[in-house]
Amino acid sequence: MGLIHRLYHGDTQFPLVRRKKVFYVVSIVLVTIALGSIVFRGFNLGVEFKGGAIFTVPAPKDVSVEDTRHFVEDLGVAEATVQTLQSSSGDTKVRIETPPLSAEERDKVLSSLGERFDVRPNEIDSREVGASWGEQVTRKALQGLVAFLLAVILFISLRFEPKMAASAIVALIHDLILAAGIYSITQFVVTPSTIIALLTVLGFSLYDTVVVFDRVAENTKGLEKTNRHTYSEAAELAVNQTFMRSINTSLIALLPVSGLLFVGALLLGAGTLKDLALALFVGLGSGAYSSLFLATPLLADLKMREPRFKALEARVLERRGKGGAAPVRLSQRSTHAVPPAQGGAEEPVDAPEDEVPVPAATATQVRRPSPPPRRKKGGRPGRPSGKRRR
Amino acid sequence: MARPGPSSRGPQLHVWRYLGVLVASFVALYTTVAFAGPGSAWLKPKLGLDLQGGAQVILTPKTEAGKNATADQLSTAVEILRQRVNGAGVSEAEVFTEGQQIVVQVPGGNRDSIQSVTRAAQLQFRRVVEEQQVVQQTPVTPQPTSTAQVGGASPSASPTATANKRPVTSGLAAAASASPSPAASGTPAPAPTPAPTASASPDPDALPPGFVRSGEVYTPQAFAALDCSDERARQGGAPDVPTKEIVACDKDGRFKYHLAVAKVVGRDIKGANVGTDQLGSEIQVNLQFKGGGQDRWTKLTEEAFGQPAPTNQVAITLDGVVYSAPVIQSVINGDAQITGSFTQKEGRDLANVLKYGALPLTFESGDAEVISASLGDDQLRSGLLAGGIGLVVVVIYSLLYYRALGFVTITSLLVSAGLVYGSICVLGKTMGFALSLAGIAGFIVAVGITADSFVVYFERLKDEIKEGRTPRSAVDIAWKRAFRTIMNADTVSLLAAVLLYFFSVGGVRGFAFTLGLSTLLDIAVVVLFTRPLISLMSRYRWFARSRWTGFYGPDGGDPFTGGPRQARTTVPQEA
Repeated sequence: MGLIHRLYHGDTQFPLVRRKKVFYVVSIVLVTIALGSIVFRGFNLGVEFKGGAIFTVPAPKDVSVEDTRHFVEDLGVAEATVQTLQSSSGDTKVRIETPPLSAEERDKVLSSLGERFDVRPNEIDSREVGASWGEQVTRKALQGLVAFLLAVILFISLRFEPKMAASAIVALIHDLILAAGIYSITQFVVTPSTIIALLTVLGFSLYDTVVVFDRVAENTKGLEKTNRHTYSEAAELAVNQTFMRSINTSLIALLPVSGLLFVGALLLGAGTLKDLALALFVGLGSGAYSSLFLATPLLADLKMREPRFKALEARVLERRGKGGAAPVRLSQRSTHAVPPAQGGAEEPVDAPEDEVPVPAATATQVRRPSPPPRRKKGGRPGRPSGKRRR
Repeated sequence: MARPGPSSRGPQLHVWRYLGVLVASFVALYTTVAFAGPGSAWLKPKLGLDLQGGAQVILTPKTEAGKNATADQLSTAVEILRQRVNGAGVSEAEVFTEGQQIVVQVPGGNRDSIQSVTRAAQLQFRRVVEEQQVVQQTPVTPQPTSTAQVGGASPSASPTATANKRPVTSGLAAAASASPSPAASGTPAPAPTPAPTASASPDPDALPPGFVRSGEVYTPQAFAALDCSDERARQGGAPDVPTKEIVACDKDGRFKYHLAVAKVVGRDIKGANVGTDQLGSEIQVNLQFKGGGQDRWTKLTEEAFGQPAPTNQVAITLDGVVYSAPVIQSVINGDAQITGSFTQKEGRDLANVLKYGALPLTFESGDAEVISASLGDDQLRSGLLAGGIGLVVVVIYSLLYYRALGFVTITSLLVSAGLVYGSICVLGKTMGFALSLAGIAGFIVAVGITADSFVVYFERLKDEIKEGRTPRSAVDIAWKRAFRTIMNADTVSLLAAVLLYFFSVGGVRGFAFTLGLSTLLDIAVVVLFTRPLISLMSRYRWFARSRWTGFYGPDGGDPFTGGPRQARTTVPQEA
């Protein structure tokens, strides 16, 4: 209950930035596994990318697309696309598209189809086809991608700052590698739907990161004036403040997708739904994870190298040292609930929300709860914990 | 209306104005759906090939015997065809090669429109050297039995014709309007089989030896032999070499021409669009020229202007068939127009075909076939079911988490769904936007992004209230901050959508369009619906009760409202 309660009330203080090394290691391991699989196992490309075989069989008018597909797949063909064709003269044919087949497989399919539709194998038209998703489509999609990434880097750099752009792009690449890697690991067939899903992931990953960074930017505005918190601490606060939002958004986005994945993979076995849903599921999950656990710590790392934030850190530490207090962890209720380490009311309480000036009178309220050093179990739920000491 | 506390912050939000705009948009959208285009089922979105099937045609390149078309030529042809069938990138049409052949698949299955996109579209402008009127009998009775009679009667009707070498069998025109039948070979058949619709397209090999088609190289014999009343002669597809003089028919078979070499060709065209003539009565296709093409066109009109008839005419030919041959009445410095009793749709198809240029190869176009959906109903049903289940879980979750505000989430999602659905219907009718299973999945994902806007706003609201604001003031300040966040994040999505749309082709383009559409609708919904609704709700007393909203004040109890109950706290509600 305790964790859920804190989550619900937005009181989390996860050490996401302080424990960044753990997350870096996790991400590096996952990315290495994904990359390794991509390099050594490769992808199981669909007919659209590498071509395949096409069989056209005369068939009765009421032939079922679904049954034919199952029939062909039961012959050991990985993924078949089946359509019926009706010419203007009323002849019906079934068109079956399969991945490239060996000569034996091809003969097997031919003879089985011949038996099923009661036609001689030589009445079946079979031929090899090229990739329908041509190089040109890929090339243009890549051009679009590069243009988009440049535009995003420019946008984030101008709207926020270049270091945020760098972190966001790293997180994005992380998400794409993981989502692509899962296809290599599971050997699910990569189809145009998969590519579309990867592009969706790309959009979502950046979207999610921008939401978190928006809060980071807000929290770190005017940070240097207060000498109260380092950049890392402010960034960590932002992550915690947006934590519940990230969980909510990811749940709301992932629940329907997991429905698609479940139905697509388990009930139907094959097809567009599965192709899409796996990339979406992994990508959206990874997108939510990376904006909190990867992009923000990375940003904090980059920023902490700047001389001005190094200086800030020194001032903050000095201040805390002078007061003899352990470093104050920024609480989500910073405006009201973080009393100065000394409990003094002579300074205005630090407010990341600088538009919310808190008058001196706040001090009376701030002192009132007289928070214990640690949250007491069994205390009134929802009561502000005030500051916490290590 | 219970107003909690003396906390009004400036002028109230004009809730009803926003909601009014929303209602107006809804009405406008669905009125457009109802009136847009010839839709029988007006509330049905257009579905993609995978879900609905469509029409397909197989093109075989006409090359010299034993020679194959090069991969380059084929890929250029695929690219041009793809632009023709899917210029906007949202129609889910597919063009791909099968060995030496090119397959074109269009969702929705209109055989006529698929035939029109597969023409070579060799556009040429040539001066007229000779012109002959062809006797044309209006086919009044399309019954096959009358064919022989009319055909037999036509020589007697020929005094007006100048040097019409062969009797006109106007019954042909009637039969040919459906589909040219090999049975209708010019000799009056005693009892033509009444099956012109069932016949395959004419086999070129079946043409009698010496048969002259419109667009072939000029010789006096060819000119004499060309029978413009025969539909097969006007099919186009003859290799009308620009540097040679040709013989040609006009589109309706009323005139026969001897044309000079081409001075302006399709490559000189910059753009084409459909319009009406000055009187507004006839559909015409307007052509804009590139710089060099403009010069050549002006020079051509200069040469023709003032010459004796018929050499004062310039014929505009498409695949060897004359579409119009206007008399040049002045030197023209501007655009050219093609007229030729088009319907609006024919004009649009033609402009579309001209805009993307001619194919590098001439193709023999097979018969158009109707193709079924490649995904059975079960996939569509399961997809929708899965989406539905997911949405129900989302609804339960938001009710648990946001309590009464969960209803805001749900109604906002419903409003959003209504807008999305209406837009899909409108776009399906206006620009051929078709929905594939991947597209449906895309919209299901968009639910997450749409919901995120509310989540960002609500979480912000929760924070502000926890920091001691009254719900009423928090509603405004949280909106300002949340909206900035939403706009920053949506800008990224829009960037992705716009850039991918303009750079890509095919399915990626369709995806980009969907992404952009849902992002814009997301902003519309959160601005026009969610925010006004929350603002409205915040005026009621229950909004300040945490058991309804899940919002807690600074002390963990009900939100601070500025009323006497909270007098002990000193956090001011005004900034």
